[in-house]
Amino acid sequence: MLSGFSPNELSSYLTIGAILFTLGLFTVLTRRNAISVLMGVELILNGANINYVAFSHFGSGNADGQIYAIFVIMLAAAEAAVGLAIVLAIFQIFHTIDVEAVETLRE
Amino acid sequence: MDLSTAVFYLVAIITVGSALMVAFSRNIIYSAFSLLGTFAGIAGIYVFLGADFVAGVQLLIYVGGILVLILFAVMLTHRITDVQITNRAAGRIPALIITGVFIYLLIQTIRETSWVKVKEVVFQPTTAKIGDLFLDSYLLPFELASLVLLAALIGAVVISRKEIKE
Repeated sequence: MLSGFSPNELSSYLTIGAILFTLGLFTVLTRRNAISVLMGVELILNGANINYVAFSHFGSGNADGQIYAIFVIMLAAAEAAVGLAIVLAIFQIFHTIDVEAVETLRE
Repeated sequence: MDLSTAVFYLVAIITVGSALMVAFSRNIIYSAFSLLGTFAGIAGIYVFLGADFVAGVQLLIYVGGILVLILFAVMLTHRITDVQITNRAAGRIPALIITGVFIYLLIQTIRETSWVKVKEVVFQPTTAKIGDLFLDSYLLPFELASLVLLAALIGAVVISRKEIKE
């Protein structure tokens, strides 16, 4: 399993990205706290980002993959701002952020 | 094992270990602070991939921005007395089965594909290249990004302000 896990191998970076993606997926699937779900989404985005930069480094050698990684980081920042604002609004209305307790679209 | 390989192992262990904490910790404060280790470790991985600018952006935006935002949200929404139950998890066993199958397939694919690689991997400063690309072939997405950020900023303010009831 660990053979070939070195900083010079593409597959080791892809493995780290896959592990982060899967942990993020697990977090999104199991957590009932909306903020934890957002943390899981951040893990997923980071796992995908590692793949972008790794392929850019080993695959093409130009900076296109890094540009996409920067776009993903920027969209993650926008997503976190809007997502957490929604979480705060939900907390003000329902006094909980349990995603299963929030059942109505309006108070 | 030379020094850089040892550092790479350390960075990988920090990244994956903190991500495990995020996924499995029972206390949401621990989860939020473990994200710090994950984000910093990923910045280290970017350094190993020769992406100096992306590593800096990762530290500035993720650690300096998103993490602080998440910590603020945690502090503002959870009641201190319910620390033990605030980070409840449901349906762990089905999720473990699904993600277990998923990670097995992903790692099998990664190990069995023969990836095409460039002959010579180069390490050189990327900031100038990225700046050129942003103002040349990626100009339209770059401008759209500013619009998206403006919309997100206004949206976040509108959504999170207190509604005044008549």
